[in-house]
Amino acid sequence: MNFDFSDEQKQMRDAARKFLAEKCPPKAVREVLDGKAAYDKQLWKGLAEMGFLGVAIPEQFGGAGAGHLELCVIAEEMGRANAPVPFSSTVYLAAEALLLAGSDAQKQKWLPKIASGEAIGTLALFEGKGNPSPKAIKLQASGGTLSGVKKPVPDGAIADFAVVAARTGSTGRDSDISLFLVDLKAGGVEAKSLTNIDPTRGQAELTFKNAKAEPLGAAGDGWSILTQVLDRAAVLLAFEQVGGSDRALEMGRDYALDRIAFGRPIGSFQAVKHILADMYVSATLARSNCYYGAWALSTNASELPEAAAAARISATQAFQHCSKNNIQVHGGMGFTWEFDCHMYYRRANATALTLGSLSYWEDQLIDRMRKKNAA
Amino acid sequence: MNFDDTPQEAAFRAEARAWIQANAPKQYEEELRKSSLGRTVLKDANILEVAKAWQKKKADAGWACLHWPKEYGGRGSSPIERVIWQQEEGPFGKLSGMFIIGHGMCGPTMMAFAGEEQKRKYLPPLASGEKVWCQLFSEPAGGSDVAGLRTRAEKKGDDWIINGQKIWTSGAHYSDYGILLTRTDPTVPKHKGLTMFFLDMKSPGVEVRPIKQASGQSDFNEVYFTDVKIPDSQRLGAVNDGWNVSLTTLMNERMSIGAGVSTGFPELFDFCNSLMLEDGPAIEDRNVRSKLANYAVKASGLRYTSMRAISALSKGERPGPENSIGKLVAGSMVQEVAMYALDLQGAAGVLSGPEDAEVAGKFQAMLLRAPGTRVEGGTDEIMRNIIAERVLGLPGDIRVDKDVPFNKIPTKGRA
Repeated sequence: MNFDFSDEQKQMRDAARKFLAEKCPPKAVREVLDGKAAYDKQLWKGLAEMGFLGVAIPEQFGGAGAGHLELCVIAEEMGRANAPVPFSSTVYLAAEALLLAGSDAQKQKWLPKIASGEAIGTLALFEGKGNPSPKAIKLQASGGTLSGVKKPVPDGAIADFAVVAARTGSTGRDSDISLFLVDLKAGGVEAKSLTNIDPTRGQAELTFKNAKAEPLGAAGDGWSILTQVLDRAAVLLAFEQVGGSDRALEMGRDYALDRIAFGRPIGSFQAVKHILADMYVSATLARSNCYYGAWALSTNASELPEAAAAARISATQAFQHCSKNNIQVHGGMGFTWEFDCHMYYRRANATALTLGSLSYWEDQLIDRMRKKNAA
Repeated sequence: MNFDDTPQEAAFRAEARAWIQANAPKQYEEELRKSSLGRTVLKDANILEVAKAWQKKKADAGWACLHWPKEYGGRGSSPIERVIWQQEEGPFGKLSGMFIIGHGMCGPTMMAFAGEEQKRKYLPPLASGEKVWCQLFSEPAGGSDVAGLRTRAEKKGDDWIINGQKIWTSGAHYSDYGILLTRTDPTVPKHKGLTMFFLDMKSPGVEVRPIKQASGQSDFNEVYFTDVKIPDSQRLGAVNDGWNVSLTTLMNERMSIGAGVSTGFPELFDFCNSLMLEDGPAIEDRNVRSKLANYAVKASGLRYTSMRAISALSKGERPGPENSIGKLVAGSMVQEVAMYALDLQGAAGVLSGPEDAEVAGKFQAMLLRAPGTRVEGGTDEIMRNIIAERVLGLPGDIRVDKDVPFNKIPTKGRA
């Protein structure tokens, strides 16, 4: 049994950590947090140069052709650094959708641009409140154009193209939904930035008015493709969450070692130690669930749907738990804008919702476990 | 990343599987498979006899205490081979419950501190299960603070005379030998006046009394010592160095790797799959699903955490500290699972008789046993301290009794 990343993959993780420590210090994250830029363009360019944007994209489409385990270790570091770039929307959602369902021409058109950092992509799925559901998709497709409103769309205001879920039927079945590729710069789409709890990852409203669109995958296959894309993205995003959890735990630990109160480091008080121990527990459970998700993702195992849901739930819980208690350990200072704690708290709570909320994934997990049990 | 055996591991697994297939007491397989959480009982047989017979059979064929050296009754196996054996032994591994303390803690302590002749005499029958050992550490005045123990050992000629009381001793009532931590010098700080011995549990002056637990069952004992004589040759380690000896014992806690810890989740999932609520099957209820999902990811998280440790063993590395979370997570989870399973039964959840209760009262029994799991072998709080101090590197607690002679430490709280 080798339920671990290989030495080469660990080296890649170290390289990514080193690169991000240098190019993405908290100061850089704050540029975006404070609204001085929509995302960190220099960092985005650097990630492309390092080959990180196309790590799981096959060489024939301009990527490094490494694989998804390699992408997982990079995702972890993106989360640890709180990187203010459209990595998850472009790489986990748009690129994965193209890899799963794109025609050769579509892949040829967009994947090399993703790998080189020239194109930002996203998935336009949600239409207001609610979790992923075919019933919630109202945006209409007709005659090769789309009309309707999508929000929130992650990184929608800076994206060059979007994978859009649209209604192509009215039978009440999943097959009413189809996916489309839309060049957001080609006219017919209006993007409006929306204020959100984590300004380091933008959210937008996209209004489609007879926007030109080409089908992605077969008509009526939209929901089935989406489900797979969301599962794959769930594993990758879970690695970001684990990276963020670990960082929040380290910040709390370091502060507890340095801060003196009542004449001793606060980390010597059991009340504080136990908070940190529980953070370690949740981060460890999440990491282990993520490893299983990584294995399932990289081997396309039939266990992927269940593994993805478990990784998603566990990592969401861990990041929320670690980021909120990191603030608690910091006391008043943790609640200042100046300290970095709130950046992780924001990211944790935004990430908890972006692919559908915790309760949605809980539901999914039990459905999938039941199916496996029945089989 | 894969779950495959190396060729060597696969060969070992095949050999182990074939031997188990041919030799295990199959008539009890189903019953053992179904038993869970704490108490393993067999309807028509004395489990102690079945367990001893299985252990002896394993020992005769060289499958007992795999990682011990051959000359002491083991097989000289690698850590990963031991894990593979545990996986293959499956439900029959539950028969090893009565040997866990002896094999996991007493044996390694003897191996580190007993004389060569003693090791050759005592270890093989310990490995084969012919002799059962217990560990006599905890006392009424020394639980989490085990170094606060008061059982006295006083030198008299070539012997030591023991007086005092131990508590929470698992299996003392069927044990042949025990390792015993005593106080030999009360005038020095508490960690510096302890000495370790091993003794024959049939020695005159040893009295074992079962404890009736809050659950109504009796798995543990009190052991009283009245002028019990132990020859100095049965001392383990130097006089007053017993604390360091005991650390060796407590460090040998790798048993849980691969064996897995009970969380109650599989039982709860099965239960919810079959239970009907007013509005339909429990498993289709939104609240139930949410609860189940939360327990599911804890259970899977523990399972994969132990796989990570096994992977490290397979590569010949030491497992990381991740496995230290197992007992902490599983202990409180079992309790919550039990409470939730009863909650789902409404008012009828109070009924615990096998004829009235769902799943023959399994969850009610789990509920009543669960408080113990959060205390035994290190309380939840001690486990959190260990994680905080040894894994996260936080400072130890400030110990006000550290430099105080033991006999000057206050013994009462509120007067």
